Amino acid sequence: MNIIVCIKQVPAKDAPLTMAGSWIKETDIGFEMNEPDSYALEEALRLKEKHGGEVIALSLGPERVKQTIKEALAKGADRAIHVADDNFHQLDPLGTARALAAAIQKEKCDLVLTGLQSDDQGFGQTGVLLAGILDLPHATIIMQIEADGGKLKLKRELEAGWFQWMECPLPAVLSIQSGINKVRYATLKGIMAAKKKEIATVTRESLGVSGEVTQRVERLYVPTKSKQTEFLSGPAKEVAAKLVEKLKFEARVI
Amino acid sequence: MKILVITEQRQGKWNGTSFETLAAAQQIAKETSGSVSAVVIGKGVAGLAEELAAKNVSEVILAEHDLLDAYTPDGYCLALKQVIESAKPDLVFFPHTYQVRDFAPKLAASLNKGMVADCIGVRNEAGKLTFVRQMFQGKTAADVTFQGAGPWFASFQTGAFRADLLAAHPSGKAPVNQAAIALQPKQIRTKPLELFREAKQAVDLTQAPVIVAIGRGIKAPENIAQAEALAKAIGGELAASRPICDEGWLPMERQIGSSGQTVAPKLYLALGISGAIQHVVGMKGSRTIVAVNKDQNAPIFEIADYGIVGDIFEIMPALTEALEKAKSA
Ligand SMILES: Cc1cc2nc3c(=O)[nH]c(=O)nc-3n(C[C@H](O)[C@H](O)[C@H](O)COP(=O)(O)OP(=O)(O)OC[C@H]3O[C@@H](n4cnc5c(N)ncnc54)[C@H](O)[C@@H]3O)c2cc1C
Ligand SMILES: Nc1ncnc2c1ncn2[C@@H]1O[C@H](COP(=O)(O)O)[C@@H](O)[C@H]1O
Repeated sequence: MNIIVCIKQVPAKDAPLTMAGSWIKETDIGFEMNEPDSYALEEALRLKEKHGGEVIALSLGPERVKQTIKEALAKGADRAIHVADDNFHQLDPLGTARALAAAIQKEKCDLVLTGLQSDDQGFGQTGVLLAGILDLPHATIIMQIEADGGKLKLKRELEAGWFQWMECPLPAVLSIQSGINKVRYATLKGIMAAKKKEIATVTRESLGVSGEVTQRVERLYVPTKSKQTEFLSGPAKEVAAKLVEKLKFEARVI
Repeated sequence: MKILVITEQRQGKWNGTSFETLAAAQQIAKETSGSVSAVVIGKGVAGLAEELAAKNVSEVILAEHDLLDAYTPDGYCLALKQVIESAKPDLVFFPHTYQVRDFAPKLAASLNKGMVADCIGVRNEAGKLTFVRQMFQGKTAADVTFQGAGPWFASFQTGAFRADLLAAHPSGKAPVNQAAIALQPKQIRTKPLELFREAKQAVDLTQAPVIVAIGRGIKAPENIAQAEALAKAIGGELAASRPICDEGWLPMERQIGSSGQTVAPKLYLALGISGAIQHVVGMKGSRTIVAVNKDQNAPIFEIADYGIVGDIFEIMPALTEALEKAKSA
């Protein structure tokens, strides 16, 4: 089974964000693999271990995403495609999906995996759009995959603790939810092996995908508060005593 | 503006966010002297359509077909594309549910249009609409505008609009019109099977008056004992954000949020939880919310009544001690 995993690099979870117009200042912050994408990669590696084939990591973004691509290769992806695009954050979900789809169409693959949602733009759309553009069946919020004879049996997460089983033919596009598996760490051997693996670089323009958008972020800003928060400060002991006081006599909840 | 609202039902039961989305549409229709049409999709849902017709809408479109009995993304996309092409709206609104995220982007793309998903608000400035959504896991808000010609697609987060503001029909009932839907079995490529819940819920967090919830700030499973001690001292139940349950540090039945439980206790203590929207929708109805986070810009503070910017590993034991002292006093 040949699998393409779409992997996005996003600001590290604890990175202090400085807004700059419609994007953030990228200097001085760390980046990491988007969390659900690391689960998607792990799922791809497990499917490959079971059914054979190849795992290709696909990432669109500026030069910095190479670092995340290398991490995917170190974990066991066979090769990678980098769609170089410095202005990726000006693309809308459709533009990103069109560029990724164009790269996918050049390959022969049975399965495309994406994460459910990116931690930066958070569109939550890319997987479903890929399925639309590639005209493939799809399923999202996947918590279990069983592949058997050209068909997939999938466990989908629904709201409020509900799940649903479903069947889906191959080829297909799946959006993977965090928690589907336990992700592996890259081994030293894997890191060494990755150095010899191929990273093909293409540009969005060379794939024939324009930067025309259906929507545009006008500006980013600090969200408005819906509540007046009373901040308590001081040494831990003092703050704790103050809070107990407040909860007892002001909020009257304990 | 002509607004089409795609409502959601499963097995004849409404998804309540549908009514919030209808309220959002009514508000914009009012401001732009437009109209709202509501769509009910499924099989055997004429009763639900009648129910919607009592709201202030200009029409209810009933999109029924045998092949729409159970939800499939293919079935819904093909059917709703036909509805949209015949209704010719300027805007198409959806509640931002798991089902909508599963098909709506593809539906919009099949008409060569884009979708702004998961909006928490919309502003109308002289007929130009600006949609507000979160980015960076709720750490920032973003103003988003549509480019090019409509119809424009948008979905609204649960809780963004108030369903109780939904206006009734001013004079009786809106007409219910049946949409002509052409659909073939072979066009539906995926097959939905049974719905189920994981193991029985041993703890019912919805009944707990006090909840002590931990997030990724807890760092390691061995630190959970500190939160347990605090929960015991305050007489509360322990709960968690998704990553804690994903890691298996606490059972999934203790997860709060859109895919876990929705709770509204008297007191909710959020320890080392950032406040991503999928967590917040499950607890923002709590009477008093206390947040402890080392990041003063963490979105959880937007909904907290009391905030402590600090290290949970200092606050947890101090708070446990203070509670015990208060008890014995
Ligand atoms: C479809 C979908 C469904 C989802 N369903 C749910 C759901 O039901 N429930 C849910 O919770 N999430 C859900 N999520 C995930 C959600 O988007 C967030 O990823 C998740 O809630 C983040 O959990 P967290 O706040 O614990 O972790 P993080 O976002 O990593 O936040 C950790 C926080 O801890 C703080 N911190 C770290 N160390 C310390 C310390 N020593 N002292 C004090 N503070 C500290 C940090 O500043 C940070 O704010 C869902 C996501 C999707 C896409
Ligand atoms: N620039 C990108 N490069 C590679 N994959 C991406 C990119 N943007 C989105 N994806 C994939 O699509 C998923 C959903 O992203 P989003 O639609 O932005 O929430 C991510 O988890 C990735 O798997």
